[in-house]
Amino acid sequence: MPREGILIDTPYARMTKGQVLQIHQASMQILNDPGLISFNREAAEIFHSNGAEVTSVSTSDHPCWLVKIPEELVLQALDSAPKTVKLGARNKDNSLIMKGEEPRVFFVSGSETNIWLDVDFPTYVKKSDPGTEIRVPEFHPRRGTVADLCQSAHVCEHLETLDGYIRTVNIQDKDITEDNKDVNKFFASLNNTTKHVMSGLTSLKQLDNVVNMAKIIVGGEEELKENPIISFITCLVKSPLQFVDDTTQTFIEICRRGLPIVVSSSPQAGSTAPIKEAGIMAQINAEVLAGITLSQLVNKGTPVLYGSVPVRARMDTLSDSYGSIETSQYNIDCVQMARFYKIPNYSTSGVCDTKTPGQQASIERLFSDILVTLSGPQYLHCAYGLLDCNSVFCLLQAVLDDAHFQMIKFFLRSPRISQVEIDNTLKQIREVVATPQKLYIRYIRPVMRSGEISAPYPFEGDGETDNVFALAYEEMNQLLAKPVKHIDPATTSRIFQEIPGILPRLNIYEERRE
Amino acid sequence: MSKDVIALLKENVIQGRKTQDDEGIDESLSGTPGVLELTQSAMEEDIAPEGIITQALTAGMQVVGDKFATKEYFIPDMLASAEAVGAAMDILKPLLEASNVETKGKFAIATVKGDIHDIGKNIVATLLKGAGYEVNDLGSNVPTEKIVEVVREYKPDFLGLSALLTTTMVAMREVIEALKQNNLRDKVKVLIGGAAVSGEYAREIGADAYCVDGFHAIKVLDASHEAKV
Repeated sequence: MPREGILIDTPYARMTKGQVLQIHQASMQILNDPGLISFNREAAEIFHSNGAEVTSVSTSDHPCWLVKIPEELVLQALDSAPKTVKLGARNKDNSLIMKGEEPRVFFVSGSETNIWLDVDFPTYVKKSDPGTEIRVPEFHPRRGTVADLCQSAHVCEHLETLDGYIRTVNIQDKDITEDNKDVNKFFASLNNTTKHVMSGLTSLKQLDNVVNMAKIIVGGEEELKENPIISFITCLVKSPLQFVDDTTQTFIEICRRGLPIVVSSSPQAGSTAPIKEAGIMAQINAEVLAGITLSQLVNKGTPVLYGSVPVRARMDTLSDSYGSIETSQYNIDCVQMARFYKIPNYSTSGVCDTKTPGQQASIERLFSDILVTLSGPQYLHCAYGLLDCNSVFCLLQAVLDDAHFQMIKFFLRSPRISQVEIDNTLKQIREVVATPQKLYIRYIRPVMRSGEISAPYPFEGDGETDNVFALAYEEMNQLLAKPVKHIDPATTSRIFQEIPGILPRLNIYEERRE
Repeated sequence: MSKDVIALLKENVIQGRKTQDDEGIDESLSGTPGVLELTQSAMEEDIAPEGIITQALTAGMQVVGDKFATKEYFIPDMLASAEAVGAAMDILKPLLEASNVETKGKFAIATVKGDIHDIGKNIVATLLKGAGYEVNDLGSNVPTEKIVEVVREYKPDFLGLSALLTTTMVAMREVIEALKQNNLRDKVKVLIGGAAVSGEYAREIGADAYCVDGFHAIKVLDASHEAKV
């Protein structure tokens, strides 16, 4: 049985049907005029051979082509792109089945950050009263390592609400190079979680090694098709409206192998996209449609996700502001567009602007997590543990986020109202009103133990003390102490024999382990 | 047989099953006798009321309190058990009086004049009754004169006053002043509680204690009871 996710009975939508159609039509016009600039020759050739108007751009320093994509080509691609996408998992019970028309949400971690945030709790003594001591969390940023990635996957394996794993931290160990990064990040992730693993690819040269590793784990090529335990995310589009050479080539090669892939675009309203909602929506939709079209031209039937990571610019620095209200609005609009095309959606929430866990982080995260979830994206990259936009990952924050999503999932349960319930309740009301104390408390108990009453916030302190961080830290360490089901010894041995570049210290069956 | 009844009675207190119709936590007990029926059986077996109280009712409530302290139980569980014990005490009362067994103390409680909010007051009354106190619940919106009259006639050891509103808490001061005027203030310990009041307010109006909730009230009364003993 695949994971259930959470089905949104009545998805929240911002745009009217008419506005959705207007955005669609505007995107179609953009794809034809001005079209896209492709810095990738093969993509330009593929579009050209399928009827797009492609012309060389002579004014650029780098060879590039202006591609004008006719509407018919886009509609054909939307027709052939699968409306249901399966993301497999080492434990098949962790598979995700995503239907473009069904607002069933799966919560997923990500994205790749350079910085890992350590936490400790030094004790401070009150100057005016040395007998009074308090423990205050301190956060220490450092470069992420493969050991951190293992820890992150390990904890995410145990986070109840987390349905899939996008690698969280960029591995920057001294012995990690461009040539061995991909095999190490995929192995570190796959070996520490039995949930689905998604990642970007650093080097196209490593694609086949990564795919072969997945084949070894599941038992072969056909098994991988049936149970795609890995998938990829590629930022082939650079806003506005440009196909980047190397990521587009990576995208094409992944499509050829038929593995699930996210067509991701991340325009910034104000700098790389128009500041107004209609503008960024028309542009991001055009960019994603261009990618979906390319995927289907390369390999008809390639399972693609409509990937949207729109963001508004900060007015003070012109950097990304994921915590802005508009960012959530754009994401919700994108969910509607993906549903209009019946393509499963990769959406974004929970990314915050602040650099450390705290009140601002919680407010920014919960605001977008609740609202974007309500809109019903299928694959919600909701940034467990992510801070400072896309720069910092903190395991403690990931544990805090899991508690948020437990609340959100509970809230989104369907109303339990039926004639039987009504009849029982009427009986209860009549009984209680006839008593002198008129209290319903005695009826709470069976309901309380049936799981129908939400649990209190798990990191609630005693009395008036806020112990959230300390309690979440305890929980984090407990999760780290819980075992995970690693890849078995024989398969691990085969992977280390056949896949070059994996660091020996990642072999947990050898002495030096991580 | 007696031991079985006592053990079953204690278990049903822990389960919070007042009667055989009540659901406990252990589903296998559904339809079996609850605290009321078992207390009746114990009486029919001529088990001394002191034994019923100490070995079954109080012992059961002790387990419930422990479970509450470790967060295995919540307030609804405590109340269910306390309500069951309170009902058992009601049917044991004639026997206790006949054998001159004293309760832990007499407690009168009221929501003061102008205030109809009685949830907190009802919970406190239920918990104290379950804890072995003889409770006289005067209800809500109780006139000051009525409270003074009950103190004079019923002679409670403790008087609990409850108010939810800032506009009605002033009636608590009125009650204490009226007790003084009627030379009754030193006859009864006055405890106040409710969302509007505080320890500071209790001191300001001359009450003996402020209780945060029903559990706190039990502690305050038990401490006073033990001091007497």
